[in-house]
Amino acid sequence: MTALAALIRRDIRIALRVGGGALIGVLFFLTVVVLMPFAVGPDLALLTRLGPAILWLGALLASLLTLDRLFMADHEDGSLDLIVMSRTPLELTCAAKALAHWLAAGLPLVIATPVLGLLLNLDATATSAVALTLLAGTPALTFTGMIGAALAVTLHRGGLLLAVLVLPLSIPVLIFGVAASEAAITGPVSFGAPFSILCALSLISFVIGPFAAAASLRQGLD
Amino acid sequence: MRLCGRGIRCVRGGREVFSALDFEASSGAALAVTGPNGSGKTSLLRLIAGLLTPTLAGGTIDLEGGGVELSLPEQAHYLGHRDALKPALSVQENLEFWRDFLGGEAFDPAQSLAAVGLDHAARLPAAYLSAGQRRRLSIARLLAVRRPVWLLDEPTNALDAAGQGLFAGLMNDHLARGGLIVAATHAPLGLQARELRIGEAS
Repeated sequence: MTALAALIRRDIRIALRVGGGALIGVLFFLTVVVLMPFAVGPDLALLTRLGPAILWLGALLASLLTLDRLFMADHEDGSLDLIVMSRTPLELTCAAKALAHWLAAGLPLVIATPVLGLLLNLDATATSAVALTLLAGTPALTFTGMIGAALAVTLHRGGLLLAVLVLPLSIPVLIFGVAASEAAITGPVSFGAPFSILCALSLISFVIGPFAAAASLRQGLD
Repeated sequence: MRLCGRGIRCVRGGREVFSALDFEASSGAALAVTGPNGSGKTSLLRLIAGLLTPTLAGGTIDLEGGGVELSLPEQAHYLGHRDALKPALSVQENLEFWRDFLGGEAFDPAQSLAAVGLDHAARLPAAYLSAGQRRRLSIARLLAVRRPVWLLDEPTNALDAAGQGLFAGLMNDHLARGGLIVAATHAPLGLQARELRIGEAS
């Protein structure tokens, strides 16, 4: 337990220091959402309608942006060798790394959502619905993205590959995330059904992600 | 405690690096692995550390008399070419992380830093360390957690003469406590060691 706590503490600390990845994701999210009204035009009704989808797309891309460094940084400086040799099961280590990444890079996106909702003419209900679905859905993005990050470790220049591998896996999360937000704003479907499926996707990724990532790290040892 | 390998074969990138390699090391003794560049010294250490999957029926490596529930990699320290340091963290934070994460009988990081002569730089970010100081910090990791087997890959690289003498003393202390060292090296380690030459055309 101390080993996992130490790992989470270290990863968050690195992410929050200068040169860490925590702010980059939020800044990217901000850029995408700020640019969108300029591209779509000053049609407030249209912006409101597109708002949840824009926020979700922005959050999805922002969480992918920093994910490729999840194992790559440890691989490059040799830490991954020692992590594999440690007495903590690799699956738990992977889960701890993903959790730390989500706390440092995913949670800030959720916190930034209310501010960015203002730019898209979303009212309080709509913004809180999107923030709630992001809170439930972004862990799934991190934990499935971790599989791609682990596969990319063995390949040089794996960053682009990560996007190609992970995007198809994140499509269900995107569909049900946006569907749940839309349901809360306009109906007629109830909020509960798509939101439950979104939570289920997150729970599934908690189980599958660490095992798949650990397996591909072991496979890629060299 | 005895570490022995029998009939180890290593294939890297489709090329056989070495085959039918036997070695043996017992507690209190050091084994120096020597040989020309590319002869497979690092590969052998990584095989022992469990960081290379022995492809194509690669023999056996066993540790006799070690911890009952622990595998060989879990009882070994690996000091590789790369220092496993995070530049954003301070010297002390780097060391404390590895002490907490590696698990096992732990020691005061301040003492380990003092033992390698880095106590004055404890609060300095690791980004500002020189190559020799980074190596000293990696060596401090071996002292912060007790593990009986030390796998050292060119451990004296980048160390100055004083650092090499200091490290030889630390290795001798480790052997005196019943530890076991396997080191790949070109330079003399400064301690009594049996030599294992690999990669020689025989």
